[in-house]
Amino acid sequence: MTHGGAHAHVSSRFQHHFDSLAHQKDAATLGMWVFLVTEIMFFGGMFVAYMIFRMWYFPGFAAASEELDIVLGATNTAVLIGSSLTVALAVNAAQEGKQKTIVTMLVLTGILGLVFLVIKYFEYKVKIAGHHFPDGTTITLFPAAGFFDVSQSHHLAPLANQIRIFMFIYFALTGMHAVHMIIGIGVLSVILWMAVRGEFTKEWNTPVEIFGLYWHFVDIVWIFLFPLLYLVERHG
Amino acid sequence: MNGGHTEHVEHHLPKNLYFVIFGALMVLTALTVGLAFVNLGQLNIVVALAVAIVKASLVVLFFMHLKYESHLTKVVLGAGVFWLMLLLGIIMDYVTRSWMYIPSLPK
Repeated sequence: MTHGGAHAHVSSRFQHHFDSLAHQKDAATLGMWVFLVTEIMFFGGMFVAYMIFRMWYFPGFAAASEELDIVLGATNTAVLIGSSLTVALAVNAAQEGKQKTIVTMLVLTGILGLVFLVIKYFEYKVKIAGHHFPDGTTITLFPAAGFFDVSQSHHLAPLANQIRIFMFIYFALTGMHAVHMIIGIGVLSVILWMAVRGEFTKEWNTPVEIFGLYWHFVDIVWIFLFPLLYLVERHG
Repeated sequence: MNGGHTEHVEHHLPKNLYFVIFGALMVLTALTVGLAFVNLGQLNIVVALAVAIVKASLVVLFFMHLKYESHLTKVVLGAGVFWLMLLLGIIMDYVTRSWMYIPSLPK
């Protein structure tokens, strides 16, 4: 308990309706967790849709999953885990009041976030060029592996509709995840700007920590997306 | 509102811990990729989800400091996860209706 004292320093950040800065920070943290719970609900619905369709259409899901680039998917997983580490170190530096380290770690986080999005962009590009994007009109699937559409006889042709559902879910889940990444980088820019201005101190660094919670959450979503989308049935 | 924050603990952890968690997450990522290429039958999805849950727990507990957070915050996340379990429970309704028609499922 840190009653009193808090008023003496960092008064500019202290809001009078809280008992102390610690109290204020607890409230902010709790609020962020409540928001993240709504995010669990948001992604949860899509995960349930995935699970049900996976049970119904497993053959199509297994075939479509193999078309995803496992190397790029695994690389992106590593990139995001790395960015979670740099965010954690940024928060750690903020708690110690190390201005330069906060900025360095936030910049690294932003770079890793952009690397993720660039890799994702190239994955999408290949999928869209191959008409894997389910636009309802074209369904020429797997052009690289023997170019076929539903009218042609290809061993996967009977699975075309199942594959289309998988691709719908793939684009919905990874697309919403990418939107969260873009928002994250937007928020990061603000936090970085504040860090450069030296606004974070040992006593007050709540925005860094709250941003960290968001970033880690987006990482966790990907931790589930990677095995569910890329690794449906990789064994022979 | 006094007393709502009596549990406050400063969650300043040693830097080394973050590197250890990072290492564990990378190892678990390699593990999940490796196991995907082994035929475990029905267990493949179970193993993949189990590894993902362990990874998510490490991130939540240490990177997100939940281990050191107030009980109130833990209850909030607990309620969210419980809700997600209820939602996933809907799947049981589909699992137990195998006699029913499934649209366009090939033989």
